Amino acid sequence: MSTLTLRAGPVLVEVERRTAVVSSGLVAVAAALALLGLCHGQDWATPAEVVTALFSGGESAFVIREWRLPRVAAALVFGASLGLAGAVFQNLTRNALGSPDVIGLDAGAYTGALVAITLLNGTAGQLAAGSVAGGLLAAAVIYLLSLDSGLSGLRLVVVGIAVNAMLTAFNSWVVLRAEIDVALAATGWNAGSLNGVDWAEVRLPFAVIGLFALLLVVVSHAMHQAALGDEVARTTGVRLGRLRLLMVLAGVGCTATVTAVAGPVVFIALAAPQIGRRLARAVGVPLVPAALTGAVLLLAADLVAQLLLAPVALPVGVVTTAIGGCYLIWLLGMEVKRR
Amino acid sequence: MKTDLSRRAPLLLVSAALLVVAAGASLAVGARAVAVAEVWRALTDFAGTADHLVVRDIRLPRTILGVCVGAALGAAGVLIQALTRNPLAEPGILGVTAGAGFAINLGVLAGVAGSQSGQVALAVAGSAVAAVAVYAVGRASPLRLVLAGVALSWVLMGVSLGLRLTFPDVFDRYRFWSVGALAGTEQTPLLLPVLVTVAALVAALAATRPLNALALGEDVAHALGAHVTRIRVAVLVLVTLLTGVATAVAGPIAFVGLMVPHLARRMAVDSIPWIMAYSVLLGPVLLLVADVGARVLLPTGEVPVSIVTAFLGGPVLIWAVRRYGAAAL
Repeated sequence: MSTLTLRAGPVLVEVERRTAVVSSGLVAVAAALALLGLCHGQDWATPAEVVTALFSGGESAFVIREWRLPRVAAALVFGASLGLAGAVFQNLTRNALGSPDVIGLDAGAYTGALVAITLLNGTAGQLAAGSVAGGLLAAAVIYLLSLDSGLSGLRLVVVGIAVNAMLTAFNSWVVLRAEIDVALAATGWNAGSLNGVDWAEVRLPFAVIGLFALLLVVVSHAMHQAALGDEVARTTGVRLGRLRLLMVLAGVGCTATVTAVAGPVVFIALAAPQIGRRLARAVGVPLVPAALTGAVLLLAADLVAQLLLAPVALPVGVVTTAIGGCYLIWLLGMEVKRR
Repeated sequence: MKTDLSRRAPLLLVSAALLVVAAGASLAVGARAVAVAEVWRALTDFAGTADHLVVRDIRLPRTILGVCVGAALGAAGVLIQALTRNPLAEPGILGVTAGAGFAINLGVLAGVAGSQSGQVALAVAGSAVAAVAVYAVGRASPLRLVLAGVALSWVLMGVSLGLRLTFPDVFDRYRFWSVGALAGTEQTPLLLPVLVTVAALVAALAATRPLNALALGEDVAHALGAHVTRIRVAVLVLVTLLTGVATAVAGPIAFVGLMVPHLARRMAVDSIPWIMAYSVLLGPVLLLVADVGARVLLPTGEVPVSIVTAFLGGPVLIWAVRRYGAAAL
């Protein structure tokens, strides 16, 4: 396969041509969807109005910059973050089904966030910390429970499903026990929703996601090396123990930060890496196509959620749950056929 | 065989005694605690006091329905585990309950779920479609079957939630039902669910002997003169009937059909008729205990019983995967 070599000072990046083409295509689709998202609202703004509002102001500048832009930005960043998390865990478990939403890390993060809300004050920082801690704890429990079968294999996935069921039950109990105003806020959030996000809510999560994404960029080379097998990784000088720890940290961080703001949004982490990988015809599960596909998917799902039953705005999680289940069934069906 | 019987019969008596205790607790415990003696008097010598009214008109119907639902789910679990020869199979995990619930949701929307018989018919049809679909996709391996079921549940729950959020007025009556709870079932007419459950349970007990033959493998079953296809179809019909009735009454409740047969299997080693007998007794015990727990877990109001069963059932699924999963991989 032909590769492109990009050189910027001392940094040298080799990119497969197809990956580069697909990635730029995805960026273009994301930009088009973002424009559509900015146009859509109570009253429809023309694309020209949106562009003026963004760059020079105008009569609808407030609505577009302060109300619609945060939502579109959140969908893009959160989608990319979920795509990354999915790619990390699918690399780690070497299994397309080993994504954080299936194995209960989202539910664990949600538990952590609920604890932060009900027992502490529930400031943005506590929410983020609580959900990351909850996700890490869930990951540790699942890992320990499926230890003797190794990280790969369907067994880990089914153990994760069981943990997911327990955590979901526990979460519902906490929500039912909580004060009515907390419970109301938490229920809408439970379905995974981007309704009513504003800049103040997303600033910290964006920064946290940026940090974890940076960590992933640093370990990505070693990660793809490790995907070739433990032996190969060791002989090429990868320290597997430390690498896996960092990967789990970054993966949980990416998915838990999103959960802290939007609630558990399933399917993106499951499907984005697989779709990105097929589009790029890559070996393994590459990160960049996964992140871009995730951004496109979440933004598209959010638009569908807003448009489908307008004026009722569905939580985006409802849309992604339904599509995600269909995708999972299809994935399983394909695997059966291949046998 | 005789030694088996002398060991198994006392265990059956113990199970029956447990059921009586659980039913008693279900009659006595709740927002208004009623003394056991008073419960007895309410049943035998009704005097119309507030305690008596609570016991006879609210807790008794709920307990009877709990027994029916528990027995139906336990029996359905035994049948589906024997049919798929998969220790992880369970109507809830395999999406059969979700299918039944979704069919009722659709029926509510179309306006045909008004009567109880309509609901039961819808639920049975929905669970039949879901069971066939999941089995078609996931029959290759036990874990794949579980995943196919979970995926189908996702789709159906997502669409159901979307429907409920879109038409809140239509679904208002089904709020308790949609999360899987015995609360709010006190006014349900008892006759139809009890009749269907009892009939299906009798048929299920009768089906256990041929299933025992089938458990030895298809070829052996043929050699023993069993009609393999006919047994399979009959068992599938029974599973959908039992799951459908239970779901129509109490909403989607998972994990009862997983936990109970595993417990029963430890008591009755490798004899499907005995496993079925224990499960029919222990299913209600589990559901009633979970329901009593559901009443006391919150200082105000109740939690849906499905939350309690999911919390109890998760560890059992993990244990079952660790115990049986390795062989399948």
